[in-house]
Amino acid sequence: MLAKFQYSFLMACCLILTACASTSESTLYNKLGGEQGVNNIVENLIQQIGQDEQIFHYFAEARVSRFRENLIEHFCAISDGPCQYTGDNMADIHTGMNINESDFNHLVDLLINAMDAEGIPHRVQNQLLARLAPLRENIIYL
Amino acid sequence: MRLILFLLTVSLTSQLFAADGKLIATPGISQIEGTGGGGFVPWAQLAGYGSRDEIAANVFCSGANVDDYDLRVCGAQATFYDRIEFSVAKQKFHVDALDLDIKQRVLGVKARLYGDIVYSQFPQISLGIQHKKLDDPTVAYLLGADDDSGTDIYLAASKLHLGAIAGYNWLWNVTARSTEANQTGLLGFGDAAHGSQREIVLEASTAILFGRHLALGVEYRQKPDNLALKEDDWSNVFVAWFPNKVISVTAAWLDLGEIAGAKNQKGAYFSVTGYF
Repeated sequence: MLAKFQYSFLMACCLILTACASTSESTLYNKLGGEQGVNNIVENLIQQIGQDEQIFHYFAEARVSRFRENLIEHFCAISDGPCQYTGDNMADIHTGMNINESDFNHLVDLLINAMDAEGIPHRVQNQLLARLAPLRENIIYL
Repeated sequence: MRLILFLLTVSLTSQLFAADGKLIATPGISQIEGTGGGGFVPWAQLAGYGSRDEIAANVFCSGANVDDYDLRVCGAQATFYDRIEFSVAKQKFHVDALDLDIKQRVLGVKARLYGDIVYSQFPQISLGIQHKKLDDPTVAYLLGADDDSGTDIYLAASKLHLGAIAGYNWLWNVTARSTEANQTGLLGFGDAAHGSQREIVLEASTAILFGRHLALGVEYRQKPDNLALKEDDWSNVFVAWFPNKVISVTAAWLDLGEIAGAKNQKGAYFSVTGYF
């Protein structure tokens, strides 16, 4: 009886440990498709911005290659990927641009489109959006 | 036919000047007294997709059919710069037993005091009023009401939590309303035997958004009980569909309890809002 209990207890421990191990491996970054996934999302977003009448003017002066690099790094860092964001802080980047609420939400819509195109599940999309949302106050009306 | 005409007008005009600065589904729909909200409950969100830099205008019609009554409401809202919302609604409440219509007009104003439902750290807070007047007070007075017009004042708090429930977005709203309305005013205000009967009632809605375009939720609306007739709290279960930022379609199952002596009033609700 005791042996049986010990066995079940061990089994339960193993199950819990493997469950923990596998969740710690599946960071949001991995759920977004890792390096390839994040690259694709950012590339798709940049393509959309390039054709967007409403918000392209904010990016007209930006160097695309630098913007791409920084955004990939930012998404990687914020989704617990193996990166450190080395770009300027949000407020410094956006000061003087006077981005309004509507244009900010429009960019969110484009990001959702980009994640849809990459086949990112809705529930994973929401997790990235939840991490990005607090940045808004350092982006709009500056 | 009228619905098709309504939908056509909505989609045509919204091509011309649409406010679309909010995220899809986040403004909610139009509640039965014309205010931006759920179906029963006025929410802290202001009606329509207008951002701080935009003006939004919306039109809606709703219908509810329960065992012994039905309600038709149409109305409109205009929201300025996501700061203040004005609304108007005309209600027609059909009483099967008497084969008559009780009509009421509701004018509403709501101001956003704090926050943004998605982005602010704390919930969005709004303060609003709904002024109601019956076209013909005969039924209300017959049932013992004190007045044929009244004003509700409410404070609402709401928040959308991104990815909060198993990765789905979760919305909640809680509203405290000071009112003396009997059955939302359709049966008058207060009780003639006891004078003014103002009291505070609580209302709440909550929904989970399954995808960007679909919300499933429940609402609860506490009600006063002024008249000698029993008045029950209301509840509903709803599904709302937001195919785009131009239109929303909502269906619900209502449980209205006892209304003017008719027990166990249950039935269906349907509502369409067009957003410009």
